[in-house]
Amino acid sequence: MSVDVANVLNLVLAGVLTGLVYGLMALGLSVIFGVVRVVNFAHGEMMTIAMYATVMLFTALNLDPFLAVFPVAAGFFVFGYLLQAGLINPFVTRPEHTQFMLLVALAMILVNLLLMIFGPDARNVQLDYLLESIELGPLLIDRGKLYAALVACATAAAFFLFFKYALLGKAIRACADNYLGGKVVGLNVKRLYALTFGLGSACLAVAGCMMVLLVDVTPVLGPSYTLLAFVIVIVGGLGSMAGALLGGVLIGVSEALAGLYFTPSAKSMFSFALLILVLLFRPQGLLGKRP
Amino acid sequence: MTIVKEKTIGAGGADTGRRKFIAGLGASAAVVSSGVLMRPAWAQTGKLKVGVLLPRSGVQGIIGQSCQKGADLAPAVIRQMLGVDVELMNADTETNVDTARTRAERLIQEGAQVLVGPFDSGAASAIAQVCEQRGVPFVINIAAAPQITEQGYKFVFRNFPTSPELVTNGLALIRDLFQATKTAPRTAVFMHVNDTFGQANAKAIGAILPRLNFLPFKLVETMSYDPAAKDLTVEVSKAKATKADFLLLVCRLNDAIILRREMVKQRWHPMGIISPGSPGMYESQFYQALGKLSEYCISNVPWYHPKAELTRLVDAAFRKQNPKDQLMFHALNVGYTVEAILVAADAYKRAKTASARPLTEAIRQTNITKRMMLGGPIKFNAKGQVEGNLSACIQNLNMKPAVVLPAETAEAKPVFPVPDYRRA
Repeated sequence: MSVDVANVLNLVLAGVLTGLVYGLMALGLSVIFGVVRVVNFAHGEMMTIAMYATVMLFTALNLDPFLAVFPVAAGFFVFGYLLQAGLINPFVTRPEHTQFMLLVALAMILVNLLLMIFGPDARNVQLDYLLESIELGPLLIDRGKLYAALVACATAAAFFLFFKYALLGKAIRACADNYLGGKVVGLNVKRLYALTFGLGSACLAVAGCMMVLLVDVTPVLGPSYTLLAFVIVIVGGLGSMAGALLGGVLIGVSEALAGLYFTPSAKSMFSFALLILVLLFRPQGLLGKRP
Repeated sequence: MTIVKEKTIGAGGADTGRRKFIAGLGASAAVVSSGVLMRPAWAQTGKLKVGVLLPRSGVQGIIGQSCQKGADLAPAVIRQMLGVDVELMNADTETNVDTARTRAERLIQEGAQVLVGPFDSGAASAIAQVCEQRGVPFVINIAAAPQITEQGYKFVFRNFPTSPELVTNGLALIRDLFQATKTAPRTAVFMHVNDTFGQANAKAIGAILPRLNFLPFKLVETMSYDPAAKDLTVEVSKAKATKADFLLLVCRLNDAIILRREMVKQRWHPMGIISPGSPGMYESQFYQALGKLSEYCISNVPWYHPKAELTRLVDAAFRKQNPKDQLMFHALNVGYTVEAILVAADAYKRAKTASARPLTEAIRQTNITKRMMLGGPIKFNAKGQVEGNLSACIQNLNMKPAVVLPAETAEAKPVFPVPDYRRA
């Protein structure tokens, strides 16, 4: 089948832009796991709440999702902090299956709460610019996706700088590297864990605000995004911030190309094929460290 | 209910204790002394318990809720028409075949005497198997996969066109559309959802289209997509690259909304979007979500007769229950759901019992001539299928569905090729 080059370029670009937002979503999961060593099985469901919050702010106050990022991220920081401090901290030292059950239960509660509150209808934000594209020679760039990807890059950069240079970021990394060592030097590890969960949740909230620009939100969206986030962080490397972004881009592009060259309805299959390849040949992920 | 009690006693007789046995005996004696067993089931409750299975949540949630509006108003309309009391037992299939199966089993356990639903071919196949095993009649409101009534089932009935009928009617209306607008598109790209319904339609189009020499176009590409897709960038890009004159689309609701938006983003303006017989583009949510982008989409689907007596009754009941809504946005869903419950109630009235076998036999003998939807009388053939359901060509004009063909029932003239959405 002949496929023209412009079409391929357009799809690769669309895959990269979407993948960056996916990557930001997975970054939240990676940050939380990298420090707290708890796998957030309610990740997609929490992002769905952020998406609903964005839609509600737009509907009630006509607040653009790019501005809604600030209140939603702040709210999620507090939510994440309280969740870790109040619910998850007692489970940190318990067996992994109890953590798993706790967060799966939380995920199910969140999905059902959303169904009760919002019903099954798909909701979205209706902004004129979301239907516009920027023409650059043969390229047609979706404005919504472009802006969302730029915000994803900026947020990821901010997180990277925070963890690399800020004193608090360094303290969090110290806890992640050595739990006992952190305690010995006087760090309040539990509080730092809660802060990390708050930061990861805020990151997720930003991803949710941007995701609203790409897809309609329904209560049942969560589980598929939880799964997607897992695929991305495993491909990129669990605990690696750059790996999460790389994983997102790879998944976005592979889905786009698989849809183009094979059948679109089977495009997700290629993400999982990529996952299996990574697990076989580089189990720590593309940018992950060997344990 | 009596049967259930008898089964409980019988099953427990060998291994239950004396106390349980005496309690069961006492319960039976109470039932007998109350005279319940002496009376026919018709007089026993005076109500037909109809289990309604619909996808009220999940991907098809909005359409399921639309069908539910029809189910909710049916008891009052039927009481007015037939003097029969219907009790609804509602269940949500959650747009999931396995859930549909378990909900069907549960409804039967809870005493449903007939099942109605479920707006989905996959779910309908699963429920049909349950009903056959349990010997409970099942009247399908909406589901088009032909195999459902090709299995030799004895308890399954369908008053809805099969995919080949839908496609045949839909393609004939496409011919009429081209004739009415004096156009002759040469190529089409065919996109369809990759579920039981979409596959059945694709198969029907693949089989029927090559045989129709009255249609001027050929399919340049056929592609399926996930009905739960969140993003259709690739699909639309691929379709656009074919440079086809128009888009032939078998869709659901959410995917139709996503697809239409993506077409605008990718600046793809074919001569039109035509569905040969699928839901989605005439639903109220389609208009709400897309605004002016919903304009001019065409669906060749079964539709209601605007002047039928039953339509008048249903419309009045609909307005009473949904003062802010209009029947036209739920026409197919409400119409066929009401008719499915009507079939069950009509049979119950004639059978004078809700017992499964006589009720099933009465359904088989159905002959309802005064109906709401376009087509001949509701009369089941040996396979349990109603033949002769008709379609109309519906075009979105001024943010609502308007009948544009056939000419004798048309409310407006068809517009094809459609103008660019920016001038809509």
